[in-house]
Amino acid sequence: MTEAPPLALSQSSDFVIACYILAFSLFILGIRQGTHPRTARRGNLIAAAGMLVAIAITLSLDVVGNGALIVIGIGLGTAVGVIASYRVQMTAMPQMVALYNGVGGGAAALIAWSEFRHASAGGESIPLDVFIPILFSTVIGSVSFWGSNIAFGKLQEILPSRPILLPFQHIFNGLLLAAILAGCIVLGIDHDSPPEGLYIAVLIGAAVLGNLFVLPIGGADMPVVISLLNAFTGLAAAAAGFALDNVALIVAGTLVGSSGTILTLEMSRAMNRSIANLLFSGFGAVSAAAGEREERPVTSIGAEDAAIKLGYADSVVFVPGYGMAVAQAQHAVKELADGLQKRGVDVNFAIHPVAGRMPGHMNVLLAEADVPYEQLREMEEINPELPRTDVAVVIGANDVTNPAAKDDPDSPIAGMPIIEVDQAREVIVIKRSLSPGFAGIDNDLFYKENTSMLFSDAKGAASDIAAQVEEL
Amino acid sequence: MDLITEITIFVLAAFVGFEVISKVPTTLHTPLMSQTNAIHGIVMLGGLIVIGAADDTLLKVIGTIAIAFGTINIVGGFLVTDRMLGMFRGRDRDRKPKEAEAESVPPSEAGQ
Repeated sequence: MTEAPPLALSQSSDFVIACYILAFSLFILGIRQGTHPRTARRGNLIAAAGMLVAIAITLSLDVVGNGALIVIGIGLGTAVGVIASYRVQMTAMPQMVALYNGVGGGAAALIAWSEFRHASAGGESIPLDVFIPILFSTVIGSVSFWGSNIAFGKLQEILPSRPILLPFQHIFNGLLLAAILAGCIVLGIDHDSPPEGLYIAVLIGAAVLGNLFVLPIGGADMPVVISLLNAFTGLAAAAAGFALDNVALIVAGTLVGSSGTILTLEMSRAMNRSIANLLFSGFGAVSAAAGEREERPVTSIGAEDAAIKLGYADSVVFVPGYGMAVAQAQHAVKELADGLQKRGVDVNFAIHPVAGRMPGHMNVLLAEADVPYEQLREMEEINPELPRTDVAVVIGANDVTNPAAKDDPDSPIAGMPIIEVDQAREVIVIKRSLSPGFAGIDNDLFYKENTSMLFSDAKGAASDIAAQVEEL
Repeated sequence: MDLITEITIFVLAAFVGFEVISKVPTTLHTPLMSQTNAIHGIVMLGGLIVIGAADDTLLKVIGTIAIAFGTINIVGGFLVTDRMLGMFRGRDRDRKPKEAEAESVPPSEAGQ
């Protein structure tokens, strides 16, 4: 390795490479085991062990210096990571992943910036095979950082989760992207003495793009966006690996890039929408005008009536959604399900692939409440059973039950697979108000004849009904 | 390592990534995403490498923040994944007796 880039020294020693190979083998093994329920936790530990090996061997490299700063950085990061992870509610998991993903992207961009400053410091030329990855890592890392922060803000409801679409935004985004690419090309042509001002402009441009790219996407689509940004950050890490000649970064970053891409595709398939449509349509922005909504009569019931309907049913299907997560209602719902089962009611849970804010979000919450695995039924499996179901109880779910997806070809969610609760003999919807879900559209289900609305938060309602069922 | 070797590694790693996670039950999507999220925290190694050459204040600040960010990504990512999966383990442990039960009382399943 005679033509080593400025900062990558002696990473080429056989021992170091061997340790990196060990590390990424452990990553691959860890991910593989992470795909099976029984081995998933071990898989995570194996991947973590791989990370430990990679960090330990890197700390022993002779290029490593400024030990005090390293200790500060690692200390600070560990403290924040540990505290945040133990404090976060299970319901806030998607935001947490968004945030961790963002800081990863931020790290990639900062490392690229650092590498750029160092490499161009002495007025030296930066070889293109180092410079191109630096620019890639800068742009993607920065987009990922800011995009993830916006995703976090939307999920945490610091920002409105409705799509925010400025006039000509897509055109503006396109122009901005073109400008960033142009900046990168100019820098590349000028790689003998790249102007730092232009580099900073590219960095800032990418930051603005990251914000603007996620703002017009509605809260319901956030899981897909986070997954996409996860893949982006992986690629940014891989690019940093190219710039620094570090094989561990290349392999690990690429692994995440490809796995994130698969997850993204799987999620958008579940919503029956193409990635392009989802990213650029400003989903729901058009039909979200609240004033358009006409007043229609709904049937409202209380906990006692709901308890009677449920207690004397033969079969009940619960359809949980994000409202259950927000209200932390999973334990109350489990209690209600137990009460019904004691009375001989057949109880199942219908899990829409994108219920909540991430695939598997509902499964995680219901597992936390000890709901048996056999009762968690996937959409394709439960839909044929719904016409024979006495009562379907929708708990804080909205768009994933909206019959407009099937009936109204003009609806923004037309074609999205739904849990067909409107087929059940009776539907009880537990919801705080008639307000639309994340797609920002009205739900016809609420106005159907066989639908009763129970206006309450999910947790209060589930405990009240459970108490009433006890007394039947 | 020359560029071609690196590109070879990149392409192969991409295929490994596709193959290794192609069949995942929906239940595990969130934990798996969180785990792969933790793995890209490896970019923190880049921070360890670049900070050694940091000779002005700006570079030192950037490097330290990068290391802190990367560490949050790694530590937080793995811990949160472990917490999530911990809940599944609880269910898996008592799954066997439940499966046995389910087999002995099939009518409720068949009767709906």
